[in-house]
Amino acid sequence: MIDSNIVLTGQTIAYTFYVLAIMALMGWFAYKVTRNGSGKEIKPVLFYSFVGFLILIGVSLHIVTHETIPWKAMDLNRAEIKADKEFHITMANHKFQLPSNKLTITKNEKVKFVVESKDLTYGFGLFRSDNSMVFQMQVIPAHNNDILWLFDRPAVYSIRSTEYSGPKGINMIVRDAVEVVE
Amino acid sequence: MSLIQTLTNGTQGLFKPNSLTPMQKLTLRFVVVGLIYYGVVVIEGMLMRLFEVNPSLALGVSQEQFFAIMTAHPLVGIFGSTYAIVFGAFLFLVPFLMKKPLWSIKLGNWTFWLITIGTFVFWFAGFVSHYSPLYTLYWPLPADFSQFSVLGGTFFIVGIALVMVGTALFVINIFKTITFTPAGWEKQPGSALIKSALGLSGLSNLFSKKKKEHLVSLPVAAIARGTVDTAFNAVVILFTGVLILIYMVAELFGVSLKHSAVDALLYKNWFWWGLDLIADGLVLIFVAGTWYLLATLITGKKLFMENWARAALFIEMVVSWTVWSHHLMSDQAQPGILKILSGEMVTAFELITQGLAFFITLATLWSARPLKMSHPLKFLLGGLLGFALAVPAGIMQADLGLNRILHNTQWIVGPHVHVAVLIGLTMTLYSAVYFLFPILTNGAKLYSEKLVSFHFWAHLLGGIGMGAFMGMAGLRGMLRRTIYSNGEFNLYMILAAISGSLLLLAFLAFFYNIVMSVGLRGVIEIFMPSRLKTTDLLPTEK
Repeated sequence: MIDSNIVLTGQTIAYTFYVLAIMALMGWFAYKVTRNGSGKEIKPVLFYSFVGFLILIGVSLHIVTHETIPWKAMDLNRAEIKADKEFHITMANHKFQLPSNKLTITKNEKVKFVVESKDLTYGFGLFRSDNSMVFQMQVIPAHNNDILWLFDRPAVYSIRSTEYSGPKGINMIVRDAVEVVE
Repeated sequence: MSLIQTLTNGTQGLFKPNSLTPMQKLTLRFVVVGLIYYGVVVIEGMLMRLFEVNPSLALGVSQEQFFAIMTAHPLVGIFGSTYAIVFGAFLFLVPFLMKKPLWSIKLGNWTFWLITIGTFVFWFAGFVSHYSPLYTLYWPLPADFSQFSVLGGTFFIVGIALVMVGTALFVINIFKTITFTPAGWEKQPGSALIKSALGLSGLSNLFSKKKKEHLVSLPVAAIARGTVDTAFNAVVILFTGVLILIYMVAELFGVSLKHSAVDALLYKNWFWWGLDLIADGLVLIFVAGTWYLLATLITGKKLFMENWARAALFIEMVVSWTVWSHHLMSDQAQPGILKILSGEMVTAFELITQGLAFFITLATLWSARPLKMSHPLKFLLGGLLGFALAVPAGIMQADLGLNRILHNTQWIVGPHVHVAVLIGLTMTLYSAVYFLFPILTNGAKLYSEKLVSFHFWAHLLGGIGMGAFMGMAGLRGMLRRTIYSNGEFNLYMILAAISGSLLLLAFLAFFYNIVMSVGLRGVIEIFMPSRLKTTDLLPTEK
């Protein structure tokens, strides 16, 4: 499965390119609008083409991500996909209660994390040792909060609450709690 | 004039507060208070930036205070600053554009005081008690009395409720002003005016061969449509506030109500539906309307593709009612169909509606070349750039695949929220402020043109820079509502703090320039009753 870091790199490149282009366009416009014009009106066809372009971008973004980001389709269909392993985790009083000290996963396993909150709204995320995020979800009390993920490389991850649950919640981190082995 | 004389009486003594009408004074009061609250927000923002670099740099701010600031910061920014400036401007502009008086100046004054006092009450309650459930109020955090003071929370919620009551009075005043018949006038067609204001006549014009004349101008239509969202938003926030208050009052009387009586997911849907009417509703609609107004005023030309602009505003209103689910894409209990339809698809429409507003404004400006690069024009271009940067950033995070790795990171608040608010919204407001300044002050002169240029560049670079560095940290996994005490993201946080200090300097330059333009005496006299007994907007020329 494509790593989330690769997806973010792609996003960084695309957005940076866009930012530079739109800033250059606005700079050019600001210069040209103070200069004499040709007197010609902007034709409506340009406007309609622009509208069509926006619709194309708006719709195609989600189709492209559906086809290229593997966890998107997996997430939508997770009820029908059988997990190789399931971990049940409880969150209460600003603490994680894990089924064991270390959650061990074998490479290429599809793992379902089922997380229950006993009191507040929390978050549940896996993070690499360089603090970058693998994935996250919200954890709502009295509701089913589950996420399915395919682990296809050996690694060690920390678990962290990704939602603010009051000042007491900022230390909700379990270092190196998840290990993916060969 | 000496510096002290200018500070006291304003530039060349041109500002004559005695010549102001009650309406001019009302609008200027809103603007002054809005700018003071903006100053509070900038200082709070700077404290948070320093805290993110190293808590010891943040002038003794504790961890609890940090989150209390994080709670008050966006609320003071939206209600105390933006609502005040926007409501003040629109209470003036709607009658100005319709060439009739405001329905009730008294009600306008009530709105002013309720917003001013309400904002102070919730800010002060948070400052003293460190009540900090953040603006999202995820259930049951606002009623978690093991972490927060019940009394502090009660005052906090009462403050918000006061702002919402003031907001409701604004809504009534706007719609009554559009429809009422002033004394001595021919009877006004109320329902036809409402249809035109809500864009229904504009929409039917798109499909009809017989084009009907628009009874209200496009900027008034935009204000009316944004005001609809403002009304719904006030209802949702008031209802939620009452719900939280019930828990607080019960606790004060020694009864602890069960949190499980409220479904956290349903509550989150309800609250985000209302909250999003600000972020994706009235802000986008009001901003588009302000762009159209400024573009036509700056160029003196008719708006490009006006019927489309009216139709887009109507579509945007419907979009804003159905778009909330993009805030719940990481909530696994949220139905998948809502995530796709509301979260992804409807949200993508915002790219289209805001893109149309962007194009129409630029095309209108283009048609009037050559234009002088005036202060309102350059701030307007800054505002357009802000939304051109922030809206696509929002569309990206409103994707099920990307949201999984972006939600609650600094990406959300950096390139999306802060660039939209600071560059898109605030620069548009500054454009309007610079445009309206001579009109509202009866010809006062700005103290320094160079300070305006500094204000523009420092604000633009500071806002984009801060958003960019926060975004870079977010892409590397930095969460937005926590504290990193080991300097994990310090490089980005230092650069964001430097950019933030540019924003602070920009505001100080602007504030100094305005005070030196109207003088301290002028600022004080704005708050004194007008000597002119008239409902006219501007003084009659002698």
